[in-house]
Amino acid sequence: MSGQPGWLRRWVFSTDHKVIGIQFLVFGMLFFLFGGLLALAIRWQLAWPWSRVPLIGDALYPATGGALTPEAYTVLFTMHGTVMIFFVVLPLLTGAFGNYLVPLMIGARDMAFPRLNLLSFWLMVPAGALALCATFVASGGAAAGWTAYPPLSSIASAAPGSGAGQTLWLASLLLAGVASTLGALNYVTTIVKLRAEGLGFARLPLTIWGLGCAALVQLTALPVLTAGALLQLADRTLGTGFFTPAGLVVNQFAPEAAGHAVGGTPLLWQHLFWFYSHPAVYVMVLPAMGIVSDVLAVHGRKPVFGYRPMVVSMCAILVLGLLVWGHHMFVSGLDPAAGTLFMLSTLLIALPSSVKVFNWIATLWGARIRPTSAMLNAIGFVALFVIGGLSGLWLASTPVDIQLHDTALVVGHFHFIVFGGSVFAIFAGLHHWFPKMFGRALDERLGRIHFVGSFVLTACVFLLMHQLGLAGQPRRVADPYVYEGLRHLQPLNQFITWSAIALVAWQGFFVLNVVVTLSSRARAGRDPWQANTLEWQADSPPPHGNFAAPPRVVCGPYEYGLDGPGADHRPQSTVESGADPARAAAVPPG
Amino acid sequence: MRRVTALLIVALLAVTLASFAVAPARGWWLPENASHFGARIDALFTEILWVVTVALVLTLGLLAWAVWRGRADGPRRPVHGSRRLEIVWTVAPGAVLVWLALSQFDEWAELRYASERPAGPVHARVVASQFDWHFVYPGRDGRLGTRDDLDAPYELVVPVGRDVVLELVARDVIHSFFVPALRVKQDVVPGLPTEIWFRVTRPGSFELACAELCGFGHYKMAGRVRALSDAECARYLAELEAEQRWNGGAR
Repeated sequence: MSGQPGWLRRWVFSTDHKVIGIQFLVFGMLFFLFGGLLALAIRWQLAWPWSRVPLIGDALYPATGGALTPEAYTVLFTMHGTVMIFFVVLPLLTGAFGNYLVPLMIGARDMAFPRLNLLSFWLMVPAGALALCATFVASGGAAAGWTAYPPLSSIASAAPGSGAGQTLWLASLLLAGVASTLGALNYVTTIVKLRAEGLGFARLPLTIWGLGCAALVQLTALPVLTAGALLQLADRTLGTGFFTPAGLVVNQFAPEAAGHAVGGTPLLWQHLFWFYSHPAVYVMVLPAMGIVSDVLAVHGRKPVFGYRPMVVSMCAILVLGLLVWGHHMFVSGLDPAAGTLFMLSTLLIALPSSVKVFNWIATLWGARIRPTSAMLNAIGFVALFVIGGLSGLWLASTPVDIQLHDTALVVGHFHFIVFGGSVFAIFAGLHHWFPKMFGRALDERLGRIHFVGSFVLTACVFLLMHQLGLAGQPRRVADPYVYEGLRHLQPLNQFITWSAIALVAWQGFFVLNVVVTLSSRARAGRDPWQANTLEWQADSPPPHGNFAAPPRVVCGPYEYGLDGPGADHRPQSTVESGADPARAAAVPPG
Repeated sequence: MRRVTALLIVALLAVTLASFAVAPARGWWLPENASHFGARIDALFTEILWVVTVALVLTLGLLAWAVWRGRADGPRRPVHGSRRLEIVWTVAPGAVLVWLALSQFDEWAELRYASERPAGPVHARVVASQFDWHFVYPGRDGRLGTRDDLDAPYELVVPVGRDVVLELVARDVIHSFFVPALRVKQDVVPGLPTEIWFRVTRPGSFELACAELCGFGHYKMAGRVRALSDAECARYLAELEAEQRWNGGAR
């Protein structure tokens, strides 16, 4: 045992992709709780403006008797968006699933660059810490929205949060950006270079395709946002004026008179920001699509329908996703001719998504569905993703978007994608791979309770936001009832808030499930779902180095529902025995 | 559990359709339109609503049905795909999407392309700053930036039935000029004066909101657009002029 690395090297500063994956998982889940609580405070304000926030109000806002201030409200939604995107969904999908699954599913011993991987996680930790500082800094938390449009974000006099809070926010974003770029580089290199013998691209599981496409999106577009963040930091600290037009007077402060450079344009930031931050949506959804495809096949005992169209549509989303950022800018002052082109590309990207939906339905058509919690969450993903995708059609239409841009309808639309889509896929993936990660399967009864409540409440929270937006309720408005025309919407907002409280509380069933499972002794074995992909041939959890012998891949990942007397599926490889795959699978492994 | 899930999907579909069906009667819907192209925006919205409805019923219906029938002990089906089906569900939605895109082009061009700007002078300059709206009329000489310009806070007065061109200017940060009843929204960007145009079809007073985060007071950056007949409009401007002359302003 003397050759074993110490506790610190094994569990804290480990280079093992599995440890790093689980670190990202814990990191993301903790921030998920934080972001969820921010959301509840936002919802409380929209339902009962300026009233005392229960439980936490007295501690956080003593000066106002526990009620939010307008400044606090802007901090809340700024940090809710920032945290949920950069510190929850992206780290969970690419960080946790990417790290854990990429080497295992391609039959590698580890990532191509294990130390870079270690660095990637340990850059995320200070990034997360800086995000918390940006929330709670005494001079005022960052409050320019997660989109950080200058001049509001870049001129310190524009808002209390545009002082130290915004600088911390930018520093956090920069670190997270570098961390994600390193991770993406690692995933792409690993997938290209370290695939097991016989594992051609046409035999890769769709989870790997999704993670790989997402990593390519990040490699292409994320450096642009990182550069943009550096420029904004320079505008704030070095007196440059990339985003500062001439003639500005912000809250009695004139940048020119103070010796700052001017002559830039605020629209430049919007281009740099959305060039990554729209594709970021696809980074959040491509791995989710892959995970869902795999879960549907394994738990439906049927091959993924249309493997090639599934791969082609992911690649199409990857490419088109880089060409649609302007749809956030239809009413921003962008040249209307450019708006026309962005409308076209935005409507076109609906096509690969709809192709995927039809293929998922076809995968389920005639499937032998095992109603496991993983399967239910994957089915839930498809249903909710359809709604989110379709309501995006209104926003793609330039004339209709004039009315709906920056209203609550947009909020409803993208939460169906990111919560109904990505988060349900994360739960599907967790139920599916938990046995591999921790050697124990999550409790099915608690899993089903968690799914049913989450599904119903997700619809209750986000569906009616479409109607709020139609009626004209703008986003990011602390008190919509300032407007006479919106006062009748208060009961609707109150219903949404009650549903949101219940939705967050309902996640307790998942936490309970994890606690109960981890404290139980029952072992799941190597392959509890009779699945084909390579990770199920390793021990649960796999040891350092993953496989006893390098796997040799003999077939595609989706050989399910096989006719004949033997097992109904064919694993991609048999690592240990090397015997007839069908016979090896019939014997319960482990 | 499988059938419960199928029923949940059916319930989701039913509730989604119902939420749109009951919305107009409850005011959870586009506010009553008051601009000449608003009806066309609403028509495009309705057109997409039909596409959404059909696609939603089709996909969620099929999904629910597949889940309902998918018995765990059913027959094995090692089916990997179907070229014919792929072609069908690529071409059909593709055609619908292209048709949707084409049906928006004309409206968008007419609303926003500079070549479509109505002739005539700017009716007023809209000045946005944290956290209020301010309007400047050109006065007797019909030109902005001269000494007879007329200033008014909070409320913009426009004539009914005439093309109105506004120039949007921001002093500090980005704001957005949003009048839901007129189907008008345009960001007001510092350093980037922007023109918009519309024609109000009925007299009334319409709420103006700021739709781009502009700071902690964003929520209270409200204003109004009041549409009056030509005569009332002229009288309003005359009164404004008299008031400002009395104050030593416009000459």
